Amino acid sequence: MANDPISQFQISKIIPIENVGGLDLSFTNSSLFMVATVAVTSLFLYLTTANRGLVPGRLQSLSEMSYEFVASMLRDAAGTQGMRFFPLVFSLFMFVLIANLIGMFPYFFTVTSSIIVTFALAILVIGTVVFYGFMKHGLKFLGLFVPEGVPGILVPLVVAIEVISFLSRPISLSVRLFANMLAGHITLKVFAGFVVSLSTFGVLGIGGAILPLLMAVALTGLEFLVAFLQAYVFAVLTCMYLNDALHPSH
Amino acid sequence: MFVTEALAASVETAANGAEGGAFPPFDSSTFASQLFWLALTFGFLYWFMSKVIVPRIGGILETRQDRIAQDIDRAHELKSDADEAIAAYEQELAQAKATAGEIGNKARDAAKSAAEAERQKIEADLAGKLAEAETRIAAVRDKAMADVGSVAAETTELIVKKLIGETVTRTEIDSALKTAGN
Repeated sequence: MANDPISQFQISKIIPIENVGGLDLSFTNSSLFMVATVAVTSLFLYLTTANRGLVPGRLQSLSEMSYEFVASMLRDAAGTQGMRFFPLVFSLFMFVLIANLIGMFPYFFTVTSSIIVTFALAILVIGTVVFYGFMKHGLKFLGLFVPEGVPGILVPLVVAIEVISFLSRPISLSVRLFANMLAGHITLKVFAGFVVSLSTFGVLGIGGAILPLLMAVALTGLEFLVAFLQAYVFAVLTCMYLNDALHPSH
Repeated sequence: MFVTEALAASVETAANGAEGGAFPPFDSSTFASQLFWLALTFGFLYWFMSKVIVPRIGGILETRQDRIAQDIDRAHELKSDADEAIAAYEQELAQAKATAGEIGNKARDAAKSAAEAERQKIEADLAGKLAEAETRIAAVRDKAMADVGSVAAETTELIVKKLIGETVTRTEIDSALKTAGN
């Protein structure tokens, strides 16, 4: 296990719940860290705001800051009407952020390094956009694909491009998060593996191991940045897509 | 404890997975479980967020906003009170200044009129004395002038007697003096 950079993504069953209507719904390490992510998020937000202090303490400030951060993001992108989606965007942001950060602990599983998880979240976003768009605007929602002021001949081409770009949204949204987390963790593991394997080659090896060690330290810092940044990007794009559902005309 | 168990399990399945050769993130046999637990956990998170956390933090922020607005209102109120007090004070001050000026003017006028009265009295007094003195001087002069006539007559009588040795009557001298333009 030690030197295999892929094994950290291995999903293993903790409580096997196999064959529920032909599906394997076992409680795995991935499930465990999903529960942990939700528990950490919920408990942190719940406990730090329990006092409802008029003058916030440090931790309450942190909760309020994350709330206002996401709220202003959503308001800027989708206007005050977009605030109805606030619980969704806030949940997504906090879930992705905490899952990414928990994944930074050694030996912890990173929930967001599974394509199916990020894809499910992306589909949730796009599904909300499509569902709400049609519910609110009916067929006018399809105006999203027809930009104004395009010459008649170009319309089919532009519509085709718009449709393809819309369909690729869930893919780009999910692959971006998944690939960042996966690549980051693999790189980290590879460099950390270098340190171990080089240090077995005696004095020279230990001297040589310093370089990958420094690299691993630097990468760890970078990964914390990426963990936050990807959660932010995911939330920002969610806000922009939701704006399309609210205001489908370009 | 959980973690170490998970770790032990993952070591085991890593060995198994190596035989299968599937890249774990793309291993579709785990998708159902992941989706199921994601739906469960994320569903709970969404429910908890929308029912508890968002109303609570929103409430906290709103209360604070209200409180700040209230405090600002109160501050405005106090400021206007202070402004009013300052205006009242200034008005009082202006009034007091006006009163003081008035009192000063009155006192000055009174002093002036008193001095004027005094002066007039003294002037009248002096004028009376002057008039008295003038009448006295006139009397003295009249007497003196009257004496001048008789002195002239006597002198004339003596001079005539010495010059021509003739005695002239007083009546003649008097008429002569009169014609001389006394």
